[in-house]
Amino acid sequence: MALVLNEEQQLLKESAEGFFAEKAPVVQLRQLRDDKSEKGYSADLWQEMAEMGFAGVIAGEELGGTGFGYVGAGIVAEAMGTTLAASPFMASSVIALSVLNAFDDDHSRAIAHKLATGAEIATLAIDETSRHAPEKTTLKVSETETGYVLNGMKTFVPDAHVADKILVLARTAGEAGDPDGLSLFIVDTGAKGMIVDRTVMTDSRNWAKITFENVSVSSDNLLGDKGNGWKTLEPALDKARLVIAAELLGVSQEAYRVTMEYLKERKQFDTIIGSFQALQHRAAHWYSELEVTRSAILKGLQAADSGQNTAWFASLAKAKASKTAELSTNEAIQMHGGIGMTDEYDIGFYIKRARVLQHLYGDFNYHSDRFAKLSGY
Amino acid sequence: MSELETFRLEVRNWLEANCPDSMRTPTKGLEDVCWGGRKFVFESDDQRIWLNRMADKGWTVPTWPKEYGGGGLSKAEAKVLASEMKRINARSPLNSFGIWMLGPALLEFGTHEQKLEHLPPIARGEIRWSQGYSEPNAGSDLASLATKAEDKGDHFIINGQKVWTSYADKSDWIFCLVRTDFDAKKHDGISFVLFDMDQKGVTTKPILLISGNSPFCETFFDDAIADKKNLIGEAGKGWTIAKYLLTHERTMIGDIGMPVPLSSLALDKMELENGQLDDAMLRGDIAAHEIDAASFMFTMERAKDEAKAGASLGAFSSMLKYYGTELNKDRHELILKVNGSDAYEWEGQFSNDGEIARNWLRTKANSIEGGTSEVQLNIISKRIIGLPG
Repeated sequence: MALVLNEEQQLLKESAEGFFAEKAPVVQLRQLRDDKSEKGYSADLWQEMAEMGFAGVIAGEELGGTGFGYVGAGIVAEAMGTTLAASPFMASSVIALSVLNAFDDDHSRAIAHKLATGAEIATLAIDETSRHAPEKTTLKVSETETGYVLNGMKTFVPDAHVADKILVLARTAGEAGDPDGLSLFIVDTGAKGMIVDRTVMTDSRNWAKITFENVSVSSDNLLGDKGNGWKTLEPALDKARLVIAAELLGVSQEAYRVTMEYLKERKQFDTIIGSFQALQHRAAHWYSELEVTRSAILKGLQAADSGQNTAWFASLAKAKASKTAELSTNEAIQMHGGIGMTDEYDIGFYIKRARVLQHLYGDFNYHSDRFAKLSGY
Repeated sequence: MSELETFRLEVRNWLEANCPDSMRTPTKGLEDVCWGGRKFVFESDDQRIWLNRMADKGWTVPTWPKEYGGGGLSKAEAKVLASEMKRINARSPLNSFGIWMLGPALLEFGTHEQKLEHLPPIARGEIRWSQGYSEPNAGSDLASLATKAEDKGDHFIINGQKVWTSYADKSDWIFCLVRTDFDAKKHDGISFVLFDMDQKGVTTKPILLISGNSPFCETFFDDAIADKKNLIGEAGKGWTIAKYLLTHERTMIGDIGMPVPLSSLALDKMELENGQLDDAMLRGDIAAHEIDAASFMFTMERAKDEAKAGASLGAFSSMLKYYGTELNKDRHELILKVNGSDAYEWEGQFSNDGEIARNWLRTKANSIEGGTSEVQLNIISKRIIGLPG
C-alpha cells in the first residue's frame, strides 16, 4: 500500500478540516471552559459530527458507520487536534467502538451501532493510578449467582460523566501485574454504587474518577471470555493509541503553523524576527520532526486497517508523536515570547491539551520501553 | 503469466547462468568494490567477467536508454532485476559517480552527442568520474567558487583549485563547476564542464582524514584544457545543473538505506537481564534512536510514494538529507557506547583495523558533505517555511 492518502481519504481530510474550522474553532473550547459548561462539549457539534459520519468513521455500513477505517479516524482526529474541538469522539467513536468491534454477539453489536450513529456515548475505564499500567489493574470482581459485583476505583477516564455506558477493565483472577485474569465489563452509568466524579483538568476537557462500591452487573455485562480481557483490549487500545497520535500531530501542526505566522509578522530591532537564523534553524528542525512523525503515524494507521498486529507501530507512533508534541508546544510558547504566556492568546490551550494527550494510554517513556520490548531488547 | 513475471523468469535464468559464484558473496569492504575506470585493477577475473556481462545487457544502468549503454528497462522491470540480484546476493557489478551523479545530469541537460560520447563508457565502467565542486573558499557558499575558465574559441583554459574531490587520484575525467564570467552575479557566471584529468595541467593530492583514510583529494588546475563541446548546457547556466545534482546527491546521502538495526548490534555485544539489555540507560537511548530511525525510514517511503503519485520532492530532499545524516551520526555514537573500549581499537585483526572507530569518524562528514546541516536548515527555512532571507 502506498504511504500516501488515497483520493477518498484526501476528500475526507478536506471535509474534516473545513468542518472543524467552521463549527468548532478554538474559541468554542475557551467558551466551554469559561462557562464551566456542564456537558463539556457542544451537543450541536456532536450531533453534526454524527451526521457527517465521523462518529462511525471506523464502523462498517452494517453498523451505521462510514467505513473509513483507522486512517479515516486519524484524519478526523488530526483535524480535531488543529482546532482542539471538544467532543466524545476519541472516547466513544474510537476507543469504545474499537473494543466492541472485537465482539460479534448481538448485544455488543447493538451497542456498537448506537455508538457509530452517535445515539449513545461510551468510554473506557482502565487506569487506576497516575501512570498508565493496564496489567496492574486491581478492580475487584466477585461472582454471584446472577452476575458480578465490582469494587474499586478508576481514574483518568475520558468523557465518563456524559457517557451512557462505561467499559471497565477489572480483575477476575491473578495478581496485579498479571496480564491474565483481566476481564472487560460494560456498565450503565446509572448503575447503583457507581460514582462518577468529574475532574477538571489542565486541558479543559472531560475527565473523571470513578468509584465502584458494590456495583452489581448481570452476567450479560461480561464482554467476551472471563479472564481474557487483556487479549481483547490490547489490540483495540493500540489502534486507539494510533488515533491519539494523529490528534497529537494535529495539535503540534497547528502550534507550528500559528508560530510560523507569528515569526513572519513580529518585528523587533526593526526586523521581522523570522529573519533571525537562531529562530530559522529551530523552525526548520521543528518542520522536519513534524514530517517524520506524520510518516510513522500514517504507516501505523494503514497497518491497523490491513489487519496486521499494530502493537509495534502503535508504540512507535505514540512515542514519536508525544516527543514531537512536547517539542512543538514548547517551541510555540518560547517563539511567541511573552504573549505566548497570556491566557488571551490561544497557544496555551495547545500545550495544555498536548501534555494530557501525551500521557493518555502511555507517554514517550512507556512506549519507548514497550517498543524496545517488542523489538526484542 | 504477466509480462513482468515472464521477465522475472528470464532475468532469474540469465543471472543463474551468468553471475559467477564469487560475485554472489558480500563484499569485504571498499577494497573489493568494482569502481571501473582506466586505472582500475580488477581483484579477480570473475569481477571483470561479471562487469562485462552486465554491461553487455545494459544492466549496470538498467533504466538508461539502450542507445546510451543502458538496459532500457521500465522502473518496474528494474525493480525486478534488483530483487532477482538480491535473491542470489549478487554484487553490484559497478559503482560510480558517473552512474549516480553525472549520468542523471547528462540525461537531463546534455545534448544527444554529449550523451552518446559519455554515457556508454560510464555504463561499461571504462571511465571513472570525479566531482569538482567545493573549493578552499567555496564550501557552504558554493556559488562563490573562483576556478576560472577562459574562453579560447574551441576550448577553455582552466586555472584554480578544487577540494574534497572524491577519489580524484583514481579518476579519469572530472565534471567541474567553473566560473566563465567574473562580471555576472555570482550564480550566473558559473558553467558546468567535463574534461579529461589525464593531462599536464591537472594534479591531485589525497587528503589524510581523521579516520586515517584518504577518500578525498585536493585537485589543482594549471592551464588545464577543456574542449568546448564538453560544456553542458549553456555557459553561465551551470548553477542550475549543480543544484539539480546536489538535490540528487542529498536524497542519496539522506537515504542511509536499511542498515543492520542498532539493537541487533547491541544484542550481539551486550548482556541481557530478564530479556532486556543490561544497561537500562543505554537501552533507552537505543530505543529513542530506533523510534526516530523507523519514523525516518517510513518518511523515505512516503517521499518515494508521493513522488510516484506526481508530487515534486523539491526542498523536501533537504529535510531528508538533514534528518538522515544527523540520525546516522547519532547511530554511530551509540555503536561506540554499545562496543565500549573495543570500539576504540585502531589497528589489528580483532577490530578489523579499527573498523568501528574509523566508520564512526567517517560519519562526521555526513552532515558536512553535499551541503552542511546548517545549509539544509537554511533551505528548509526559506524554501519550505517561507521565512524571510
